[in-house]
Amino acid sequence: MNFEGELMNLKDTELRLGLPGRDEEQEKRSCSVVKSNKRCRHESSEEEGSSVTEKNNAGDGSDDQDNVPPPAKAQVVGWPPIRSYRKNCVQQQNNKGCQERSDGAEYVKVSMDGAPYLRKIHLRVYNCYPQLLEALQNMFKCTFGEYSEREGYNGSEYAPTYQDKDGDWMLVGDVPWNMFISSCKRLRIMKGSDAKGLGGCL
Amino acid sequence: MECKRKKEWPESNDSNRPTTFPDEVLERVLSLLKSHKDRSSVSLVCKDWYNAERWSRSHVFIGNCYSVSPEILTRRFPNIRSVTLKGKPRFSDFNLVPPNWGADIHSWLLVFAKKYPLLQELKLKRMTVTDESFEFLSLSFPNFKVLSLLSCDGFSTDGLAAIATNCKNLTELDIQENGIDDKNGNWLSCFPESFTSLEVLNFANLHSDVNFDALERLVSRCKSFKTLKVNKSITLEQLQRLLVHAPQLVELGTGIFSQELTAQQYSELETAFNNCKNIHTLSGLWTATAQFLPVLYRACANLTFLNLSYSTLDGDDLAKLLVHCPNLRRLWVLDTVEDKGLEAVGSYCPLLEELRVFPADPYDQDVVHGVTEAGFIAVSGGCPRLHYVLYFCHQMTNAAVATVVQNCPDFTHFRLCIMNPHQPDYLTDEPMDEAFGAVVKTCTKLQRLAVSGLLTDLTFEYIGKYAKNLETLSVAFAGNSDWGMQCVLEGCPKLRKLEIRDSPFGNAALLSGLEKYESMRSLWMSDCNVTMNGARLLAKEMPRLNVEVIKEEGINNSKADKIYVYRSVAGPRRDAPPFVFTL
Repeated sequence: MNFEGELMNLKDTELRLGLPGRDEEQEKRSCSVVKSNKRCRHESSEEEGSSVTEKNNAGDGSDDQDNVPPPAKAQVVGWPPIRSYRKNCVQQQNNKGCQERSDGAEYVKVSMDGAPYLRKIHLRVYNCYPQLLEALQNMFKCTFGEYSEREGYNGSEYAPTYQDKDGDWMLVGDVPWNMFISSCKRLRIMKGSDAKGLGGCL
Repeated sequence: MECKRKKEWPESNDSNRPTTFPDEVLERVLSLLKSHKDRSSVSLVCKDWYNAERWSRSHVFIGNCYSVSPEILTRRFPNIRSVTLKGKPRFSDFNLVPPNWGADIHSWLLVFAKKYPLLQELKLKRMTVTDESFEFLSLSFPNFKVLSLLSCDGFSTDGLAAIATNCKNLTELDIQENGIDDKNGNWLSCFPESFTSLEVLNFANLHSDVNFDALERLVSRCKSFKTLKVNKSITLEQLQRLLVHAPQLVELGTGIFSQELTAQQYSELETAFNNCKNIHTLSGLWTATAQFLPVLYRACANLTFLNLSYSTLDGDDLAKLLVHCPNLRRLWVLDTVEDKGLEAVGSYCPLLEELRVFPADPYDQDVVHGVTEAGFIAVSGGCPRLHYVLYFCHQMTNAAVATVVQNCPDFTHFRLCIMNPHQPDYLTDEPMDEAFGAVVKTCTKLQRLAVSGLLTDLTFEYIGKYAKNLETLSVAFAGNSDWGMQCVLEGCPKLRKLEIRDSPFGNAALLSGLEKYESMRSLWMSDCNVTMNGARLLAKEMPRLNVEVIKEEGINNSKADKIYVYRSVAGPRRDAPPFVFTL
């Protein structure tokens, strides 16, 4: 069945926004380019393939996306396609896990001031502070300097801090390792100057 | 001569013809046929066979509840004992269908109560069921035995209480992943003390605590228990007691899998598991840790299906467990196991046929972990019999998928979800067309395909050209133009279900499938380029199709945001809510 005739008529009577006389080809092209924006490779994170994409409707369709920082990612309804039941269940587990499990063997989020992406690490993988610090320094390509109980991390741009069960921000290294493992909820690599306020005020 | 002979035979009674089986014999023979496809074929042979088939059919499967009415159904099949009904379009699982859309079971139950009073089984998927319906069901069918609910909504645990209280012959109660209002666990205590027939109980996806004593008594007095899947509220200690009562279990879903146990309790738990020699399906395992998994090791010897999709296990712990599961055929995991875990799968599970990897943190956009193309390749290398895969990942390459299908050419179900829409091959930056091209070219038995990533019309050209056995296709954020969808509609002779979202297919594509849709179960298109006029044209040309557009009230533009097209012998819906426009 050939519907070209009908379709042509449809077009004429179609209610649309946009100037009359704008042709279909143009529409199609801009539509498909918008929808198939390439990822902004420039912004991809250091290690694994990142999940950077532009919002579906963003961009002006040009190929020079590389220098544009990605806009905030919009959450698309029903994507990824996971049943609501499963989605809630796993979220609940993740939320609970950090509080209920006594062995603290969960991933904790690590952020660094100025870096666009968080990382997650599994604290139990490390056995002592030096191992953890080395891993963090490698992950974020920064240095922490010498740790001393009195002065914290001296002579470095960044200092590792963590938030404990009570919600307080502490300097990493102030408490015994095992206590740290079981009370650490998340890590934050602060700018050295900001971290000066911590730890010393007991 | 033939004419003369015909005149001599008495009229109207066909079974007098010597060449025909008597009805009773034919019906008896046909009652042995279980496959619906076979039965459909049989019913087309001739009128006798049609009649014999309809009288002998005891189970009916209805893939779309609106394709037929309960009146038509009961008129054709008078002796049904078991009904499987599916309701809403599949994308309703992902919140793309507004609530109160329909697929309410009640009108069916009213007719069944009159026409099928001996109904024994009801299996529902994506239907709306209210507590009143459950009450009605429990009181209307004295022989009721099997109730299975998957992805249904509209009810609360009160409805389950009615079932437990009134269904004296119940053998199976299977409540999976539903939108249930979980008020409390009292329903479990409603099974009367005299009730002993239960064989299958699955309440894994309910959250409320149940009365453990009631559960323990139930399990110990129902001697034929073969499937028990408990929920998170059941501890390891309690599980041990249940296993002691039912070592014959074939399918087990544990509760929470970590607890402070004494050495004695740990040992008792291990013994209880060791005594379960028939377990072939294992699930549950919430918060399972390395500390407790060893109690399972011996029980896993005959395991064929392991569902760890609610367990945040890492790769090492999974590896240690899989060493003990050499007979595994089906494995569901979370992507916390990462590629390392999948390497273990490839190493220890050579008989694997099905793998599903779900994302633990699907919405955590800042963090990238999970599985990659490396894990996928590792599994395919070690598991040549793999034919079903559901794989959620953040990155993939065309080369990897090509390798996977080369290792496993027998895929029947290939569902790949690259979680960021429009994401290209992360190494070459090219579209993922060649990946799916490889899939359809190599896997000639492919029945179900879900595509993702950056895809042009080329993907759909490949699908139309090669996927000759394809029955179900799911498309999201893909394609460039109408041409893509047209290729699929023209090229896939066995296509039954097509569901598309957020793709640039419009009226021309929709209308190119005019003659196709009557041979399909349904078509879903949402957030594509179809307009109301296009939908109306389709409805006008194809009166035997139901063409429904879901539009939010008050929005009066010309777009057909969500269109659902399906064949039906029941005519247009009479229960459509205001936001569903039947064209």
